[in-house]
Amino acid sequence: MKVAIVKYNAGNIYSVDYALKRLGVDAEITADKEKLMSADKVIFPGVGEAKTTMDHLKQCGLDRVIKDLKQPLLGVCLGMQLMCNYMEEGDTTGLGIFDVSVKRFIPNIHIEKVPHMGWNTIFDLKDELFKGFTKEEFVYFVHSYYVPVNEFTAAKTEYIIPFSASLHRDNFYATQFHPEKSGKTGEKILQNFLNL
Amino acid sequence: MLAKRIIPCLDIKDGKTVKGTNFENLRNAGDPVELGKLYSDQGADELTFLDITASFEGRKTFTDMVKKVAANISIPFTVGGGINELKDVERLLSAGADKVSINSSAIKNPQLIEDIAKNFGQQVCVVAIDAKESNGIWKCYLNGGRVETDKTLFDWAHEANERGAGEILFTSMNHDGVKEGYANEALARLSDILSIPLIASGGAGCMEDFYDTFNEGKADAALAASVFHFGEIKIPELKEYLCSRNINVRI
Repeated sequence: MKVAIVKYNAGNIYSVDYALKRLGVDAEITADKEKLMSADKVIFPGVGEAKTTMDHLKQCGLDRVIKDLKQPLLGVCLGMQLMCNYMEEGDTTGLGIFDVSVKRFIPNIHIEKVPHMGWNTIFDLKDELFKGFTKEEFVYFVHSYYVPVNEFTAAKTEYIIPFSASLHRDNFYATQFHPEKSGKTGEKILQNFLNL
Repeated sequence: MLAKRIIPCLDIKDGKTVKGTNFENLRNAGDPVELGKLYSDQGADELTFLDITASFEGRKTFTDMVKKVAANISIPFTVGGGINELKDVERLLSAGADKVSINSSAIKNPQLIEDIAKNFGQQVCVVAIDAKESNGIWKCYLNGGRVETDKTLFDWAHEANERGAGEILFTSMNHDGVKEGYANEALARLSDILSIPLIASGGAGCMEDFYDTFNEGKADAALAASVFHFGEIKIPELKEYLCSRNINVRI
């Protein structure tokens, strides 16, 4: 199986690569259109600021490439947010794969710190990504912006309000949390994605 | 619900853990990767590796260690020590670290916080503060607690928050090594003025100290070193204990 990781200025590319290696998969980190299109699975990582990252994707022409992919694609963290229509962060237009806007967390009470950082549980699991999950599992989040619950929501998490921990539409999968940093639970999710 | 985090801290010199450990089942307790992996398997939520070597060669060894940690451990980890400029941050992040912790360099050059946040994202930048209370005033210290500054804890923490720190790691020099609990009064006051997560450090001696720092100290995470390294507190038991006292932890 050929797995490609989209190469751009995202912060967690190597963490994703390491996580795949632990599962015995040697992925190719590439920005090459042909290589991305011919891969069996594509992972679209993301850590950073929305506007800068989106501008970079457009400059490289990767925005169109990602939208047109037909094989299973997994967006991670900012990768998931970039797949949405619009991001409040930097007033940024996204790829529009998921017709929903990304909003900033607004704390109701002071103890609700932003960024939402650390381990939180996922529930209302609807997807093949979470196949075999029998109890409430913790996964690792780091983010200040969230995708509200919508028709594409495949898993939810609650912090300040319930939001989308995962999205799914057709061949496009995404997680707000970092499966590559979520210990054994994260490994299961990555493995489920590779098994699609 | 977001879990409170337990973070073992490993001091690294020339690529090896410094403090002795009591883990009999480890082939090499001095190997940071093996020790880190053990903690991760036991349920640690994050790890922190502090480079206490000063030499150029030592830095290179530390970067190689970061690569090995990233390749072998599937939970987030922070690295600190000797980070003075953006290119140090870049080197450690590209070696696979998730966050960097800056201390003296942030006090000397507060702009560094903004630069890290802007270039790598706010979540990357942990600002570590060593402070000591004397006559009711908490003063910040440089160089591992050797040099007093005129900055006060609460003002500096607030400034770091405003400048774009992702988390504050506060070590009370009065409590560190004493093993009689964290500086919960100061922590609670910090938690009230900060809009970002707060990590308590310095003073853990027993499991109740962790409960107190989450409860009274309003900390989001608790860091400790020797109680874990010497096996005085085992992470699975600590988490069971916290859970039984209604603290939300990842089990």
